[in-house]
Amino acid sequence: MSEILLSVRGATKSFGGVVANQDISLNVAAGEIVGLIGPNGSGKTTLFSSIVGYHPVDAGSIVFGDKEITHLRVPQIARLGLHRTFQQTRIFVGMSCVQNMQISAPLSQSKGPASLFAPFPVEATEKLEYLLAFVGLYEKRSLSGGELSFGQQKLLEFAMALMSESRLLLLDEPTAGINPTLIDYIVNRLRTANDEFGVTLLVIEHNMHVIMNLAQRIYCLAHGHKLAEGSPKDIQDNPKVIDAYLGAT
Amino acid sequence: MSIPVLSNLNLLFDQPILLVDLVANGFMIGAIFALAAFGMALVWGVMNIINIAQGEFVMLGGFVTLFLMEAGMPAVISVPLAVAVLFIVGGGFYYLVIDRVVDRDMFSSVLATFGISILLSQLSNQFFGADVRTVDPGLGTWLLADGMVSLPWVKLIAFILTLVIGVGLWLFLKSSRLGQAIRATAQNPRAARVLGINTRRVYALTYSLNAALCGAAGGLVVMAWAIHPYMGLPYTVRSFMVVIVAGLGNLPGVVLAGLGLGAAENLAGFILGAEFQIAFVFCLMILVLVWRNMMLKRKRKYLK
Amino acid sequence: MKQLGYGILIGISLVAPFVFPEFRTQLSFLWVMVIFALTWDILGGQMGYNSFGNVLFVGVGMYACAVVQRDMGLDYFSSLFIGVLVAGGLAVALALVVGNALLDLRGHYFAIGTLGLGVAAGEIAGGWDFIGAGSGMVPPLYPGPLDSRDLFFYFQLFAVAVVLFSTLRWLYGGRFGLALNAIRDDEDKAEALGIYTTRYKTAAWCLAALFLGVTGGLLGNVIGFIDPKDVAFAGSTFGVWMIIMVITGGKGTLWGPVLGAVVFHVTQELFWTFLFGWQRVALGLLIIAIAVLFPQGILGWVREHWPKDADTMGQAKSDSQR
Ligand SMILES: Nc1ncnc2c1ncn2[C@@H]1O[C@H](COP(=O)(O)OP(=O)(O)OP(=O)(O)O)[C@@H](O)[C@H]1O
Ligand SMILES: [Mg+2]
Repeated sequence: MSEILLSVRGATKSFGGVVANQDISLNVAAGEIVGLIGPNGSGKTTLFSSIVGYHPVDAGSIVFGDKEITHLRVPQIARLGLHRTFQQTRIFVGMSCVQNMQISAPLSQSKGPASLFAPFPVEATEKLEYLLAFVGLYEKRSLSGGELSFGQQKLLEFAMALMSESRLLLLDEPTAGINPTLIDYIVNRLRTANDEFGVTLLVIEHNMHVIMNLAQRIYCLAHGHKLAEGSPKDIQDNPKVIDAYLGAT
Repeated sequence: MSIPVLSNLNLLFDQPILLVDLVANGFMIGAIFALAAFGMALVWGVMNIINIAQGEFVMLGGFVTLFLMEAGMPAVISVPLAVAVLFIVGGGFYYLVIDRVVDRDMFSSVLATFGISILLSQLSNQFFGADVRTVDPGLGTWLLADGMVSLPWVKLIAFILTLVIGVGLWLFLKSSRLGQAIRATAQNPRAARVLGINTRRVYALTYSLNAALCGAAGGLVVMAWAIHPYMGLPYTVRSFMVVIVAGLGNLPGVVLAGLGLGAAENLAGFILGAEFQIAFVFCLMILVLVWRNMMLKRKRKYLK
Repeated sequence: MKQLGYGILIGISLVAPFVFPEFRTQLSFLWVMVIFALTWDILGGQMGYNSFGNVLFVGVGMYACAVVQRDMGLDYFSSLFIGVLVAGGLAVALALVVGNALLDLRGHYFAIGTLGLGVAAGEIAGGWDFIGAGSGMVPPLYPGPLDSRDLFFYFQLFAVAVVLFSTLRWLYGGRFGLALNAIRDDEDKAEALGIYTTRYKTAAWCLAALFLGVTGGLLGNVIGFIDPKDVAFAGSTFGVWMIIMVITGGKGTLWGPVLGAVVFHVTQELFWTFLFGWQRVALGLLIIAIAVLFPQGILGWVREHWPKDADTMGQAKSDSQR
């Protein structure tokens, strides 16, 4: 296995009385596609939010690359190349697809107050159009985000993440609410992004068929605890995992 | 500016009984702030609207009471009548204005109620004139500590009435069918609609009820203190401040916060000089907002 | 084509005070209104932060400039020049300090927090003897005939408006404008993409404050009398007008605020005097009507009916997509 990109150690988070994550540890190596599964309410989204700094963890530490990011804020972490998509798909509904992509482009290296007013880098236009074509939205590029269908919004959010030059991308249920044909398309795009752009992926997914095919390794959460980890095959055969899913339904 | 502040402070240290007087009277007006704040919390919680016209409803309640009493009616009839009139006024504004913005973004409702606020204060100015008005119910004053602390009876009655209305409101929301409908709508309007609750009527009722509460507050203010057409915005801001300190749906908290604000304001008015009292209210509101938000920011949250 | 349009507009603006000399003051006020609307829209329209207290910076500018003019002991033009610079600078400094605290508030809370800010400033000014307390201040008299005074301030305000418009046109076409729109649509998402939203918000507010402060400094001299509540921190006139002009024209567009300012100002000049003391009652009604019936504004309405034309008319979108 190559170098470890993300390492979560003992992450714990509770909301009032509800313990959403209890002592969760996981590793993601550069270039991998890792799955994160678990019944509804098992704490998957909470873990994502902790990793990207959306809320502080109660205990534990999170290291990205060689940098401790536990106490950094959302935009700082994002600038290191660690991004997440949202379960409820969030894009800028009042802006066109192109603008959505433009604003996702990382700032040039120049720092200081002047960078706020920096013009949009020209060389990024090519990349932007390539990525919009990559997710099949090139024809729709001047529609506003709000005018896209739900599935198209998911694709746009994914393209935005690619535009922002993620090294590690956390995807929260990329195929939820998507029709089966489009699901195959999205899975294909994810795999291509991983192959071609070298983006490491950590994917939350309820669709077992999808995740078993997509991921090289899988972690399973239940009731805020880490229940199991291993190859898709191991997870599929693990009686505890089967119990957790059956018990939850 | 700084010299009178210091000498006022000295005066307070020399005569601690003055402090008692200021705080006691502050509590009394604070109770009235709490009354208007009940209404604001209700509208806010149920309709997600911050009613900028809150203070103007208080003012209207004051003018209605004033005119009735000047026409020779006793306070026990005038104030309830003011409450009734404001209930109708609130309903009218609901169906004419609020109904059309209640489901829209928050800016529409803030702007619309801001418009109502300007409209009412300017109308009052046109019709009633800009003078400061008050009416004496003739109840006398309760003197304590050799007259160093003086509490007008009307303020004490206002104080007690606030508590009574607060408890009444709580019982109403808790146990009446209508109160349950209001609470259901507050929690989830769509689900309430599915259950057959006419949420539009619940909203109208909530807004009317709020106006009525303000009417009661106004009736008490005009007797215990004074009213004028431009008094509204400070009352709105006080209600708002009380609600954010207490939190939505916390009636005892509203009373406590109201009392605290009344006392703080009375003290500040004495120390800084009366001309800075309103400035104090507004600055305090900003500080409270910023402070609450900063506490949340530590948890990487913000006021919602 | 576009150049031609701008050229014509600038041409008209340059000759207007000579063609209609009796309307010079009203024309100057037109530019003030345009500046008010454009600055309000930076936050309110583009960024989705609805401020009810931007008039704060106008008032601060007025007083700052008047104090410099009063206390520096320089000749009229030097002190006015320095005064206007100080006015802008102080407004920006204030925006920096207050913005850091207030711009973390969202939605309702920001609206009411800023409302409180404007009123508090008026109250404090009304009790502060150094700046004349309740009786206000009178800026020094212009050393020259009334005619040239009116022309002088007309061109000053015109210049400020043009600079403001060009600055915004440039900014809205680039990353800055996009970032403001992103904050408006979803601030959390913008942060998740690595945008330091606080910096953009503060910069936007400082920009608005700069132009409002400078305009305030000039405006105090145009009006010739600074009263704390009815002129400087006039929440129920200037403060509200800013908002309804923008809504009337169309929020979040470049031309909407300009259009709204022109429509509002002309309507006001034509009809206001017939209302005798009822202007402010009418204002209240107008606000309600706009909030309830016409929240999308003229440009929004045009876009609903003729989507194509509206885009070329002024949405920054078309500029950035070149
Ligand atoms: N902001 C919050 N405040 C309070 N409780 C929360 C909050 N966020 C999550 N929880 C609770 O934490 C637990 C885990 O929620 P989480 O959203 O992480 O689950 P999940 O695994 O993503 O579920 P799903 O598959 O349904 O998306 C749940 O019990 C939820 O109610
Ligand atoms: Mg989830």
